[in-house]
Amino acid sequence: MSFINKPKVRHPDLPKNELGLTRRDYEGAMSTLCAGCGHDSVTSSITQAIWELSLRPEQLAKLSGIGCSSKTTAYFASGAHGFNGVHGRMPSIAAGANAANRNLHYIGVSGDGDSLSIGFGQFAHAIRRNVNMLYICENNGVYGLTKGQFSASADIGTRSKKGEENQQAPVDPCLAALSLGGTFIARSFSGDREQLVPLIKAGLMHRGFAMIDVISPCVTFNDHVGSTKSYEFTREHYHEAVHTDYIPPRQEITASYGEGEVLPVQMHDGSQLRLRKLDKDYDPNHRGKAFEYLRTKLRQGEHVTGLIFLSPGHDPDMHEMLQTTDVPLNQVPYEELHPGAAGLASILRRYA
Amino acid sequence: MAQSPATQDRVNDFVIKLGNVNGTGSASANTMLMKSIFRMGVPVMGKNYFPSNIQGLPTWYEIRVTRDAYVARSGRVDLMIAMNAETYQKDVREVSPGGFLIYDSTWPRSAVLARDDITILGAPLAKMCNENFVGVRNRILMKNVVYLGLLAALLEIDVEVIRQLLNESYAKKPALVEANMKAVQLGYDYAKQHLPCPLPLRIQRMDKTRGHVMIDGNTAAGLGAVYAGATVGPWYPITPSTSLMDAFKSFCSKLRVDPATGKGRYAVIQAEDELAAIGMVLGANWNGARAFTATSGPGISLMSEFIGLAYYAEVPAVIVDVQRVGPSTGMPTRTQQCDILLCAYASHGDTKHVLLFPSNPEECFYMMVQAFDLAERLQTPVFVLSDLDIGMNDWMCPELKWDDAYRPDRGKVLTQEEIEALPKFHRYLDKDDDGIPARTLPGVSPKGAYFTRGSGHNQYGGYTEDSAEYQVVMERLLRKFKQAKTLVPPPVIEATGTSDIGLVAVGSSRGAVNEARDILAKRGIPIDYMRIKAFPFTKEVEAFMASHQKIFVVEQNRDAQLRSLLTLETDVPKSKLHSILHYSGLPMTSKEIVEAVIAELGDARRASLAAAK
Repeated sequence: MSFINKPKVRHPDLPKNELGLTRRDYEGAMSTLCAGCGHDSVTSSITQAIWELSLRPEQLAKLSGIGCSSKTTAYFASGAHGFNGVHGRMPSIAAGANAANRNLHYIGVSGDGDSLSIGFGQFAHAIRRNVNMLYICENNGVYGLTKGQFSASADIGTRSKKGEENQQAPVDPCLAALSLGGTFIARSFSGDREQLVPLIKAGLMHRGFAMIDVISPCVTFNDHVGSTKSYEFTREHYHEAVHTDYIPPRQEITASYGEGEVLPVQMHDGSQLRLRKLDKDYDPNHRGKAFEYLRTKLRQGEHVTGLIFLSPGHDPDMHEMLQTTDVPLNQVPYEELHPGAAGLASILRRYA
Repeated sequence: MAQSPATQDRVNDFVIKLGNVNGTGSASANTMLMKSIFRMGVPVMGKNYFPSNIQGLPTWYEIRVTRDAYVARSGRVDLMIAMNAETYQKDVREVSPGGFLIYDSTWPRSAVLARDDITILGAPLAKMCNENFVGVRNRILMKNVVYLGLLAALLEIDVEVIRQLLNESYAKKPALVEANMKAVQLGYDYAKQHLPCPLPLRIQRMDKTRGHVMIDGNTAAGLGAVYAGATVGPWYPITPSTSLMDAFKSFCSKLRVDPATGKGRYAVIQAEDELAAIGMVLGANWNGARAFTATSGPGISLMSEFIGLAYYAEVPAVIVDVQRVGPSTGMPTRTQQCDILLCAYASHGDTKHVLLFPSNPEECFYMMVQAFDLAERLQTPVFVLSDLDIGMNDWMCPELKWDDAYRPDRGKVLTQEEIEALPKFHRYLDKDDDGIPARTLPGVSPKGAYFTRGSGHNQYGGYTEDSAEYQVVMERLLRKFKQAKTLVPPPVIEATGTSDIGLVAVGSSRGAVNEARDILAKRGIPIDYMRIKAFPFTKEVEAFMASHQKIFVVEQNRDAQLRSLLTLETDVPKSKLHSILHYSGLPMTSKEIVEAVIAELGDARRASLAAAK
């Protein structure tokens, strides 16, 4: 249960990151999700990624809404502040927090109900606003805490545990993000840690809104035959179009790839992404083609995964659009915020 | 010319009402008319009655010239400038007997304009504009300036004062000053030649506006937010609050931008809706910035879920509610005090919030600063309950003052050293026995990390579904609210020392109440007045109500919301409180209060006589 802390006993030989912290230092409270829940695998990947990135836990802010997915933020980085808000409204809390302090790393964890139904508006506008954050949508096609209703991401024809067939068209968060101007759009599978960990790292280092839709099966309500978001169905129908390798700053690039297969992307912090195209016709820098590719594969019943789209240009984030100062707004000295009594007198001349 | 006694001796004491068509540029001419009287040292009050429309619907502007500096409407109209053909009939009817009406005589006057007990004056304004100005839009705009010139002659307003105002308005466009002065002169000369100048209603220089400004409450509140050190302003446009965030942004763009980089020390974010606006306010305050939003009733309805989260998770927030007429969309451009109960208890579950009631723009300025100090000290949402009348009308107020020694009260925010000196940080533990726990900000220390949540939590900040643990936090929140009583501003009490009759009001009713008290005192009915400035009610509020036999509660809503709140949150017997309600959407007049008080006291006297028999 989430209020039970894990024992702090550590093996002395655990590997340490640049800060001298072990992976255990990035863990959170014990999960209260069902055994085998995809979300717990996502938690593990997030923990791994932030440990590998050597982020100071307090430099991270964890935000979430309501639902099974939103509990995730309690299960990693107990040294980071967390904010579990109201249903579907995490993006606005994240935008406000980011407005106040642009120097922290923000991880939002949401789900398909939280992001695509009640919070679809906030999800859309956070993309438009290009809030600098990593946004993970743990997508299982179902409402778990209320026991198995379809969510907005449920595919047409998928069956609920009770046998009901979904008839409404699904909302695909990646297609939505593509159409809304998203600058970093990825999809992964909770069971594919090798793919997910570098994506999380890349998303955290991306300047702007990085969205990762993670298909994360619900073992209790959506893992049966007839469901298109079960472990089995996902494993059989997921199609990695692009594999991402994350190379931290100053690290030598050793892996060798065939000519034309790898797209190197320089990140603003000095790190590099190397996008390995598994489908040679795929272009992850082309919004229109990415959209078309996703649509085509969806029609064939395939979930395209990997870094689906990475904007090739420089897209201003919220702070650049607002032209806010480099000093985080919560740290600007009070004296610099108003012109004092003398200034007031001169302002008021207009009103006299 | 024959004159009714009603118009005699109305120097510096009369009401001008201007009937215009929305979107024709009348607002700036009308403001200039008011400002020129103000600049002549004569106190004025201005009210704009405008439609929820961009162009075409009728709009009125009312200027009360008031040598005694009353800030409420008087309920009279002594001089009507009837510029809207569609409302002529209504406008004619509204003139008080003995008053005057000016109309555009370019077109023949309809029979409906006739009235024997008022003086009707015509001037061919449209014709004059057509002959002297080029372009349709220009002719429409200049017509307003021509009647300004006409009034300068009729009321003896100094044309040089008008010229000075034009110089200030069009400092960067001197050609416009000349064009406008030409229009002023046209009107002035026409009046001098054809109309009985001056009217018995007229302006005489005084020295009663020195040290004062004419400012609207939204501008003053926006400026207050600047001085409070607010840096984040997420909002969603809604009448009548929009100009507040506009003002904040405009002040910031002048005061807080680094000229070298063009970067600003503020973030005004237009949200997708009010839910997002308040969510951003919470995110920013949680992260240690002073953030606020401005909205109106419908926005508060939408924000309610988040407000409950802020109350329970103890996140500071400042919310300005510039109240307008409800319910539902209601009348967006009319004024009321109809969100008192909504704000006091906003959100589901047991919640109570701190409210501040500014009574004019001056208090909007100071109360914005107070609101942030209270919100951060108490770690809770604080509402500033303004209204459309305060927010959007220009009020004459004493010049705003600033004390350079002021430093914001950021409340109990632990520094890195303080956090690291603790054996362990517990977010909701009442260590100081004042109901207020200490908080930490993200980014400071991993030891200060905690999980902010709206779900059940214990005093250590952990998730709980345990009844006892839940209740410990809920009861501490009540103690915190009690603590708020010692921190919010006490009421302003004006006691005669002899009366056992009291009157209680909040916010913009102040002007009407002050004038009503003067009138009643002259009629031998002295009344004590308590102007409540905040909720929760302080001990002074209880004491005032305990020491008066009969208490009138004056408020601008149908359901006596302030009276309800008083009966819910104090020990006052309900039977003591007598409501005087005004909810037409227009600002109150003193007349309504005077009449209601006399009716009630008269009835009571009759009742006591009957009982004696």
